[in-house]
Order: sequence, then structure tokens, then C-alpha cells
Amino acid sequence: MSTQDQSELFNGTANVGLKDARSADGTDTRAIPAFVFGEELARLADHDPRIVVLTADLARSNRATDFANRHPERFVNVGIAEKNMITMAAGMAASGYVPFAATFGAFAALLCAEQIRTDCAYPGMPVRVVGHHSGMSMGFYGTSHHSLEDLGMMRCIADLTVVCATDANHLRALLRLSLDHPGAMYIRLGRGRDPQVYDVVPDLSIGRAETVRDGTDLTIIATGSEVHPALQAADELAGAGVSTRVVDMFTIAPLDHDAVLDAARATGAVLTVEEGNVTGGLGSAVAECLFEAGVHVPFRRHGVPDEHVPVGPPAGLYAHYRLDGPGIADVARELLDSGKETQR
Amino acid sequence: MPVTSTDQLTHLTDRARFVRTETVRLTRIAGAGHYSAVFSCAELFSVLYYAQLRLDPARPDWPDRDRFVLSKGHAAIGLYPVLADLGFFDPSELDTYTRLGSPFGDHPDMRRIPGVDFSSGSLGHGLSIAAGMALAGRMSGSDHRTYCMLGDGELAEGQIWEAAMSAGHFRLGNLVAIVDANQLGIDGFVRDVMAAEPIDRRFAAFGWQTHRVDGHDIPALLELFAGLPAAADGPPQLVVADTVKGKGVARMELSPDWHVGNLVGADYDDVLMELGGRA
Repeated sequence: MSTQDQSELFNGTANVGLKDARSADGTDTRAIPAFVFGEELARLADHDPRIVVLTADLARSNRATDFANRHPERFVNVGIAEKNMITMAAGMAASGYVPFAATFGAFAALLCAEQIRTDCAYPGMPVRVVGHHSGMSMGFYGTSHHSLEDLGMMRCIADLTVVCATDANHLRALLRLSLDHPGAMYIRLGRGRDPQVYDVVPDLSIGRAETVRDGTDLTIIATGSEVHPALQAADELAGAGVSTRVVDMFTIAPLDHDAVLDAARATGAVLTVEEGNVTGGLGSAVAECLFEAGVHVPFRRHGVPDEHVPVGPPAGLYAHYRLDGPGIADVARELLDSGKETQR
Repeated sequence: MPVTSTDQLTHLTDRARFVRTETVRLTRIAGAGHYSAVFSCAELFSVLYYAQLRLDPARPDWPDRDRFVLSKGHAAIGLYPVLADLGFFDPSELDTYTRLGSPFGDHPDMRRIPGVDFSSGSLGHGLSIAAGMALAGRMSGSDHRTYCMLGDGELAEGQIWEAAMSAGHFRLGNLVAIVDANQLGIDGFVRDVMAAEPIDRRFAAFGWQTHRVDGHDIPALLELFAGLPAAADGPPQLVVADTVKGKGVARMELSPDWHVGNLVGADYDDVLMELGGRA
């Protein structure tokens, strides 16, 4: 990299990371979750000396550069060595720091699962593992770069809080809340192009779901990148007379059981939507909750089936798996129709 | 050349003996345990904890204490008695070793045991932990040092070399890695299973300053540790301690049959006698 490029990078003037630039679609980058990650932490670190940021040669992608520019002495780039990054972060946490260790979700959660369990969750270290470009948002980069299993894997680790960022404002709220949250966290970010759901930085409580739209006939429980298309689906369903509640289940562990049970009892049908393998993730967690409580309503887990996804641009993959607004609306109608069948 | 006083040598020799005899005693409570991997580093524990580390047992969370990360966590059974002896907790607590709900398992738990700076057990992690602590120490302006004890078999773990590369790159001169090169893993000699040598030259290539010493020679260990440079910004320090797995008990020395074991009956008494303990 030339000196000029480096200067541009660390002054934060570079447009978008190379990987995103290839699929740039003119989205307003100021509202992109992955891109407020570094900026928000830089701002918080002005008043909190515990914050350090680590990354594994992906500062351009996750915009940790925005943090590095402002707090270079608290920025650590470990190179392409994710396991070392997570464990070093745990060592720093043992010395009083609150480290945010960021890399692609595939490498954070899958490659470093044992480091997250043994070095972060088990000893109660306040490491914030940030898995960005999660799900299949890396599109045609393929399975090596997809994290469709991360929610299922992370939620079965004891003493690990698992949250998903819905949009930029939501991510800001999560980062602020994370500073004094006890123990280790896995914070899942989408591809960094998620449209706005929250007009302002929401007043969240970790472990308490947000009902972002109320309704009476069906509840869509979605997380992360799927909250926005779930709202689009609810709009479409409203046109057909179906009143849909949309719950942003941004905390996967611990799950908000009250929100799940209330949704099922109040609306009589539950559809979960996640950008991930349906085995083990949000849908599985909701199913466990419903079944163990003896609440049996028409229910479906919607996400990526138990398969490795084909090559394609992200938007193409979302459409292929019916994880866009129209697709979710389709699946919702199928669920409601099957519910009527069952009742007959 | 600093001369170790006779009193100090006698004391440190006795504490190494204590590490070994306590390991034998506690293993009997558990019914099985790691003897030989502790016996190889008994002198290292003695010299580090009774002569080298800057510690205050009354303040286990003292920010400026030296850190010790036992990356070869299966040697914890030899560390617990040292921590008790120094006053981190009541020695009688050791009698619960491995019993249901005890703080003391085969691998150390920092949440339950004062004086344990980090939980360990999964080999290959400790050097990254120690690198993080060393970096944190420099960041916060503390002059403490971080020591990390590794096994030679453990060096086959890839994460060790990620950590070694980062420590060299970040010039963590306040980091000291000690390899207890006791020559054996579980399945046999390290040189046969997955050769780790030349350990010192490999670390040197990653930017470390390296030292090699007889890990059972207390005066040599004292002199080496006392003379290690401690710059916050400089080459990290590697000490390869050449040791004998099972050192001190003839039947266990360099024997692959004793990585885990349980001495019973007359064997228990014989080994305690051999170690100079009370049967």
C-alpha cells in the first residue's frame, strides 16, 4: 500500500472496504452498522479508558480504522491470526480492559469457538467478540466466508451473551450497553448495508426483545439483518388483511422467553426469521421455548436450510432463500394456511 | 557472577521437594493425576515463586503484580501447594482437591483460586493470554512482567506461533516465556511424535531473545532470571529449560507410562521416601 493510500485509509476518507466496494449499490454508508462500529467505539473511548479494539487484518472492512485514527495507542492489529486475537483480548480483559475483537463472523465464531468458550466465557472475561459480515452476506465469497452456524454455536456456550445488531442506531445502543455488561459477549453484525429500522438510538435492555410492530394474527420473530425485511413482509401481509407483530429478538442468549410466549398466545402463530442455518439458531431457541412451555401454535423456522449455499450476490441469495420481504411474506402465508389446515 | 547463598539454595531445593511431595499426596486424593509433568518443572516453580515473581499474597489482584500464566495447565497440581504455602489461601483447602465442587480441579480456575492469573488447560492458549497481559501492562504504564510456562509438546499447537509472532512484532520485552522442555508428551518422546527442536532457534526467528538452561539447576535458574532484561519495549524473552519429565522419581524419569497415574500402597510410600517426604 502506498503512503497516500495509507493516509487516506487512516484519515477515514477511503470510501468503503474493497470487498464492499465490489457490490456497492449507493447505500448511504453513514447508516451502515459495520461502519459505525469503529466510530462509535472511538467516541465512547474518549471517556472510557478501558476500551481497546483488536482486529485481524480487517480494519478496512469493519472500519476499526475510525477507532485507530482517534486512539492509535489502544488499537491492536494482530494480522491474520484470529485465535491469537481472541485469546490476547482475554489476556487484556484480565488486566482490566474491555476489548472489542472484530473479524468476519465466520472466523470469529467458527474458527475461534474454543477460544471464545475457554478463554472468554468460562473465566468471565468481558471480551466483546464482534462477528461482522455474518450470515451469507459475503455472497459469492462462498461458504468459507459465511457464518450460518454462528448463532447456534455461540448460544450453546454457557455465560456468553449473544446479540445481533439490527441497524446502525441499534448497534450504537448495543456497544454502549456492552461496556458494563458482565461477562463475555458475541456481537453479530450483518454485511454493513442493513437499512434503518430504528430512527434514533433505541433504549434497549440486553435480554429483552423489542416489539417493532404490533399485530394480532401472526408474529414474526426476527433478528439482525432479517428485522427490516420482516417489517416489509408485515406491510405486504397487511395489504392482504393479515395483522403481523414483528419482534426484534436481538438477544439470542439469554432468550426473552416472555416475549416469545406472549407473542404466541396473543397472535396464535409464530414465524422465526434469521440469516443463518435453521438448525440451532434463533428458530431452534424459540421452538425450545414454546414446546417446553406447552404452547403449541402454528410455527415455522425460516432461514437457510441445512445446506451450503450456492454462489451468488447477497441480494440474489436472500431472494433464493426467500429471506427478503416478499419471500418472508410468502412463507408467512404458507404458515397461516397450514395452520388453517391443522385446525380443520 | 551472583552467588546463591547456601540458605537460599537449601530453601529453594526444599520447596521443589515440597512441590513434588504435595503432588503425590494430592494425586492420591483424586485417584489419578499428572505426576511427571509437574516433577519436570518443580525447580522452575520454586525459583519463580520463591525468588523471582513480584507478588503480594494479601493482594492477589494487585495491578502491578507479576503475572504467571501456566499454559501447561495440567501442572496445576504442583502450583496449588505453592500458592497455599505463600498465603494466597488456607493450605487445608487443598484437601478438597478434585472433590465435587472443589475450587481445585486438574486444571486451574482463576475464578475460584486466588493467585491463579488465568484459567488454563487447553494447550496452545497460554502464550496468547500472556501476550495480551504484557500488552495491557505496557498500555497501562505498569512495569510488571508476564511469565508464561509452556510445555515442549505444546509447541505443536499452531496458536503458539501466532502468539510468538505477535510478541516479537509488538516487541513485548516485558514477556518471558519458559518452555519446560521435558522431552515427553503422552504418546512418547516429543522428538518422535512432533519434533519441537530447535526451540530456541525457532523463537529467535520470530524476534525473541533466547536463553537455554538446565531446568533443574537452581543456581543457574536464579542467575538467568535475575539477569533477564525487562524493557517494556524490546525483544520478548524465551527461556528453554532442559528438564527431565518425572525428575526425582526413578521409575517415572523419561517414562511415557507415567504422564497420568496413581500410586497406591507400598509404591506410594516408596515414592514419598524417594522424594524425601514423609510416608
